[in-house]
Amino acid sequence: MAETHALQDLQHQAAVASKVYIQRDYNSGTICKFQTKFPSELESRVDKQQFEETMHTLNNLYAEAEKIGGKSYLEGCLACMTAYTIFLCMETHYEKVLKKIARFIKEQNEKIYAPLGLLLTDPIERGLRVVEITIFEDRSIGFGR
Amino acid sequence: MSAVMITRKVRKWEKLPGKNTFCCDGRVMMARQKGVFYLTLFLIVGTCSLFFAFECPYLSIHLSPAIPVFAIVLFLFVLAMLLRTSFSDPGVLPRALPEEATFIEMEIEAANGNVPAGQRPPPRIRNVQINGQIVKLKYCYTCKIFRPPRASHCSICDNCVDRFDHHCPWVGNCVGKRNYRYFYLFTLSLSLLTIYIFTFDIVHVVMRSVDSGFVKTLQDTPGTYPFKVLVCFFTLWSVVGLTGFHTYLISLNQTTNEDIKGSWSGKNRVQNPYSHKNMLKNCCEVLCGPAYPSVLDRRGLMQDNLPIPASAGLPAIQGNPVPQTTKTTAPLLPNEHTPDDTKPSISDSAIAHAEKRSPSPKEEKQSTLHKVLPIPISPPTPTKVPPLASPETDADASVIIPREKTL
Repeated sequence: MAETHALQDLQHQAAVASKVYIQRDYNSGTICKFQTKFPSELESRVDKQQFEETMHTLNNLYAEAEKIGGKSYLEGCLACMTAYTIFLCMETHYEKVLKKIARFIKEQNEKIYAPLGLLLTDPIERGLRVVEITIFEDRSIGFGR
Repeated sequence: MSAVMITRKVRKWEKLPGKNTFCCDGRVMMARQKGVFYLTLFLIVGTCSLFFAFECPYLSIHLSPAIPVFAIVLFLFVLAMLLRTSFSDPGVLPRALPEEATFIEMEIEAANGNVPAGQRPPPRIRNVQINGQIVKLKYCYTCKIFRPPRASHCSICDNCVDRFDHHCPWVGNCVGKRNYRYFYLFTLSLSLLTIYIFTFDIVHVVMRSVDSGFVKTLQDTPGTYPFKVLVCFFTLWSVVGLTGFHTYLISLNQTTNEDIKGSWSGKNRVQNPYSHKNMLKNCCEVLCGPAYPSVLDRRGLMQDNLPIPASAGLPAIQGNPVPQTTKTTAPLLPNEHTPDDTKPSISDSAIAHAEKRSPSPKEEKQSTLHKVLPIPISPPTPTKVPPLASPETDADASVIIPREKTL
């Protein structure tokens, strides 16, 4: 997690007040989707619409990763024909999208959430179970780069 | 005064809870009991070696050289699928870190309200609606999470596995979301290989008998036939049957676990909410769906690779008070435990023994949370071979153990 080292270094100055966990939304089945309901703990910190937009984009990215269509069939068939040895040299579509998601979360943290004293954790680090949001104590410290 | 500093890179797989064994520095992940897996390897390699050694020369000359070539290709595919199934992460869900576990406990307490003294708290279940069907999510006391739909806790590997099918001793691993298609392709290709070898065994015997008589044929190729015929015969019935069973499951988009428990048997009008109601679509989703990555990050480095002072004793770990989630103040209520969860879950002593760190300001790094997981000491494993399909049993609480919540 090199990208959040800069933010985490600042934890020397800020103390963790609490953590909020956004759970998975299973209403559409077992696909990876997180609840977009705005948690009450963040009411004083971040704009509701901004938060929901972040969650919607995140859900869309996961839907793109898990999409079953022509491309995934092709990847699957090609992999099967090579006895899945092709995955030793090639990255799967899912892994490519996961990297995209990691970049997105880093960008969201730097631009929006860190200045508000929040930190989003990439769900892959929690087994794709929850989106962990760390709330730091509100001290007037610049979280600039 | 100055201590000799030793640094050691610790990879995350070394600290993972559960009863798995890891090889090749975390690249390979298997269950603890591997005896039956070695037997499987021996049977496949042994039978094929005998076929290549004794029958292929004759058949390639008298029939076609394509016969051994195809057999080799099939044999290599079977091996590749077996190793892929055995060595890969089946879809293990990492356990909840202490803060997440606390957060969930708080939600449960809030939902339960005040339980009168002496009464058991209600079972920990969350209801979700999937495609118009109510699905109950059960709470796993070992992993401290509400299991996602279709996930189940394997008692042999002591992990929650996503889309848990069964624990297969023949491959020495659980079969779950990530390796189900490899398992299916393994059984399918093994069926084809068995039928192939069996057929050409018979062809070989017949051809030789036509040439030189049946008795002389058996004299010329002693020993190999009883072994191969026996192995092929039993393999045929069991593996082909298993392949047929899994083809049936795939077409209905069901897991072995669900089938055995009768989750979607149609009683009380419950139907499988995951099925697309189209056999081809179901097959495509299971076999040609996206290749899910492992969420375990076995080979990642533990973040705090701080020098270990060689001369110092175990330093105090939780030296500085850690500001925790403000909402939780009371220790956890005595909770119901499944029989599996008899180990202390989170305790300061476990943390102190699990990690050796030089004293440093306690930084609330997210990576540190990984290190708080204690390493459970497992009981001795049973020596008998588990049955082919071992769905875990969700035993309702029978033991109430007061849990000590620390942090």
